[in-house]
Amino acid sequence: MNTQIRRLGIALIACYIALFVMLNWIQFVHKDQLDNNANNTIGVKQDFNKPRGTITSADGALLAQSVAQPSGSEFSYQRTYPEADLFAQMSGFYSFRLGASGLEKTYNDELAGQTIGQQVSGFADLLNPRPQVGNLTITVRKDLQQVAKTALGDREGSVVAIDPKTGALLAFWSFPSYDPNAISSNDLNAAQDAYNALLKVDGQPLRAHQYQERYFPGSTFKTVTGSIGVDTGVVTVDSPSYPVATSYTPPGTTKSISNFGGESCGGTLYPILQVSCNSAFAQMGTETIGPDRMIAGAQAFGFNSKPPIDLPAPVASSFPTDFRRNLPALAQASIGQNDVQATPLQMALVAATIANGGTMMKPHVLQDVRDSENGIVSRYDTGAWLRPISADSAAVMKAGMLDVVARGTATRLQIPGYEVGGKTGTAQLGIDPPASHAWIMGFAGPPGDPQIAIAVVVLNQAGFGSEATGGRVAAPIAQQVMAAYLADVASGRATPGN
Amino acid sequence: MKSRRRNTELGLLVMVVIIVGAAYVLASLGSEQQIPLNIGPFLLMVLGLMLFAHLVVRRLAPDADPILLPVAALLNGIGYVVITSLDEKLAALQATWTLVSVAGFAAVLLLVRRTRAVERYRYTFALVGIGLLLLPLVPGVGRSIHGSRIWVKLGPMGFQPGELAKISLAIFFASYLVEKRELLAMRSFRLGPLSLPDPKHLGPVLVAWGLSIVVMVAERDLGSSLLFFTLFIVMLWVATSRPSYLAVGAVLFGFAAWVSWKSFGHVQSRVTTWLDPWKDPNGDSFQIVKGWFAMANGGLTGTGLGLGNQQRIPFIESDFIFVAVAQELGLFGATLVLAAYLLMVGSGLRIAARSEHAFDKLLAVGLTTLIGVQAFIIIGGIVRVLPLTGVTLPFIAYGGSSLVSSWIVLALLLRISDESHRRAAEKMAMATA
Repeated sequence: MNTQIRRLGIALIACYIALFVMLNWIQFVHKDQLDNNANNTIGVKQDFNKPRGTITSADGALLAQSVAQPSGSEFSYQRTYPEADLFAQMSGFYSFRLGASGLEKTYNDELAGQTIGQQVSGFADLLNPRPQVGNLTITVRKDLQQVAKTALGDREGSVVAIDPKTGALLAFWSFPSYDPNAISSNDLNAAQDAYNALLKVDGQPLRAHQYQERYFPGSTFKTVTGSIGVDTGVVTVDSPSYPVATSYTPPGTTKSISNFGGESCGGTLYPILQVSCNSAFAQMGTETIGPDRMIAGAQAFGFNSKPPIDLPAPVASSFPTDFRRNLPALAQASIGQNDVQATPLQMALVAATIANGGTMMKPHVLQDVRDSENGIVSRYDTGAWLRPISADSAAVMKAGMLDVVARGTATRLQIPGYEVGGKTGTAQLGIDPPASHAWIMGFAGPPGDPQIAIAVVVLNQAGFGSEATGGRVAAPIAQQVMAAYLADVASGRATPGN
Repeated sequence: MKSRRRNTELGLLVMVVIIVGAAYVLASLGSEQQIPLNIGPFLLMVLGLMLFAHLVVRRLAPDADPILLPVAALLNGIGYVVITSLDEKLAALQATWTLVSVAGFAAVLLLVRRTRAVERYRYTFALVGIGLLLLPLVPGVGRSIHGSRIWVKLGPMGFQPGELAKISLAIFFASYLVEKRELLAMRSFRLGPLSLPDPKHLGPVLVAWGLSIVVMVAERDLGSSLLFFTLFIVMLWVATSRPSYLAVGAVLFGFAAWVSWKSFGHVQSRVTTWLDPWKDPNGDSFQIVKGWFAMANGGLTGTGLGLGNQQRIPFIESDFIFVAVAQELGLFGATLVLAAYLLMVGSGLRIAARSEHAFDKLLAVGLTTLIGVQAFIIIGGIVRVLPLTGVTLPFIAYGGSSLVSSWIVLALLLRISDESHRRAAEKMAMATA
């Protein structure tokens, strides 16, 4: 029997070696894959039971915080958002079942104190323990965000204001928004219900339309067409001079592009920009610039690329790349129709680029990360994203946009005592029922020093609209936000270029 | 000789008390950020309990193996600490069960002074074993919990009689096979490459097979069914030295497994889950996938005691407690637990090999197989060596029936060990006299 006993022992040892091998597979070899599996909530759960940093606006308003829960609660902390919907599209939500969005997602490691820098400094604190969390300060001021929210009111649309020198966002609002408190509730079923209810609301409040939704940019795109023309040298202030006409018929079609209200317009760059002349810009894009330079130029402005914003899931604005055999489409695209689509953020970046001498800065929301004793751990590393046009070309376009505000379609953008440039847009959506998006883009500041650039879109305005629609509906919103910011700067509350 | 073995055991037990005490403090620091208030009484109780068990062995089985008791105490202690970090209420119950188990351990050593005492009552044990096994099927007494009808309700207390039935039946089989082993080893006829004994002697195999089928079908307890079958076939093989029994057993088991796979949805889902756990990670394989996540989270060194936070896994305190051990103590700790079981298996088989009496040998093999294979079945199910079938992890898992029967197995192994050493010593004494 002892032979059998010995064999039984060997068999059992073999069995346990198999266990040991599989244990190694799970806990060591395969560990990373299991840790990062989409169904694995352990990491999230552990995060939920740790303290988490705050998010604060540039003017010190508390936007997100973790409130300690009484012991015995399922989670040790509850995330709350004191400003409710006002900053939801930046802060995002932080939910056990639904995950995180916004800054809560982008800067999760910083908030949780898990970056390498924070961990290293944590070692030094071994004898003086303090919560290893990072507190975020963002570039947007609550007062300005509130101005944007009030000015847009209950109309669907977006307001994106940006510091042209740094790319720092100054106002970032879209209506409708949502209250992240409900979704982040520790009552997981209530959170799920709140989320499901939001999915059914008209206007997709959970989507940050400022940078996650694209619209026809309409005439605001003429600033891009003009910039490409000037920068490639084919368009100057003096030439070409486009014929005064009510419409333009591109090569290869009999369908013409007409001007708003059947008006006649034409001439050199500044006059056609001032009145937003469709026929002239359609001809500029199609014949003066041509498909190759239009495509390259639009892409140099960031079309067809996702902007490097520090918020999750940005959407790329689009400019078609198959115009060579389709000049009628290019004519449409040159005035911001056809398949050209831009996010409000993209058009704000175009305005900022022209205001900033041709350099497009990386758009961002984060100002800095601080430790629990308010010492700065890291700052957002500002830098250029693109250089679509030269400083000279930017100067030419800037002067043209100043002209549009001084005596063109965007006079409602004027701010007494400041130099303001802009461009209106009215993107026609359809004819049954007739509707359009009203656009404005622009910049403002003391003479020679633009301190804020902006884009505003107000959706689904009834009627065919006219070139005046953008100036009438959207421009006053942009004007209020820029005026409020410049007042903040004048009184020392805000510092541009910071 | 005698006292040296017992002194070794005492030294090891003191180490176990220190390790368990330290683990208890760490677990409390992990979950409550404080040293447990009752650490004094706790240490005294563990020390007292272990000293009691040690003194019982010193008095009643002085020549027994010195390794088994400390290893069992270590596993029991680790289990208790992990249960504490999972659920305070269960921990209090588990403490009570540990007291009952050690009392049962002492009682067995006290009542069973000679292995012959149990050998004599073989048919009583057979009847008791089968009775216990079938008890949950009796209407009014049996309870079906989580789909398995393996519980008996006695007043306010639930009990799994199958745990004790295993021991009864192991005793019966050891004793029956010792008597019939020669007959069973005879080659009466050949069937292809197999040489088999007279079909009438195949009765016990068929009984084993039938019992495990009953358990599997009627009680829906796949794990115990697998354990029974392995136990009987292994004992038959060791008793007769005929590998053909292994082959016959494998064929019969394969047939039963195939039929049940065809007939029962829960068997199919276990197999599908085993073959492809990622097919339905939030449905059928929820438990196993969550278990892997928890173990991976533990990594090499573990999250630390009390820091696992895995209460959402079903049966984490009983069938899946190995997951909690592996998460909180990491690969290192889990490997240590595997090594502890192997150490028990090794000690148990050494006791079997050294025994001269055939019944002792066979019983030691059976009891060792019970512990070693039961741990293998559940850990193997968790780490995907086998399809998952629910059995408890001996000594570690929460649960009175499991813990009491594990300690009884331990007591019987020590009794066999003591007896064989004493006989050897007596022989030596006679030879030298």
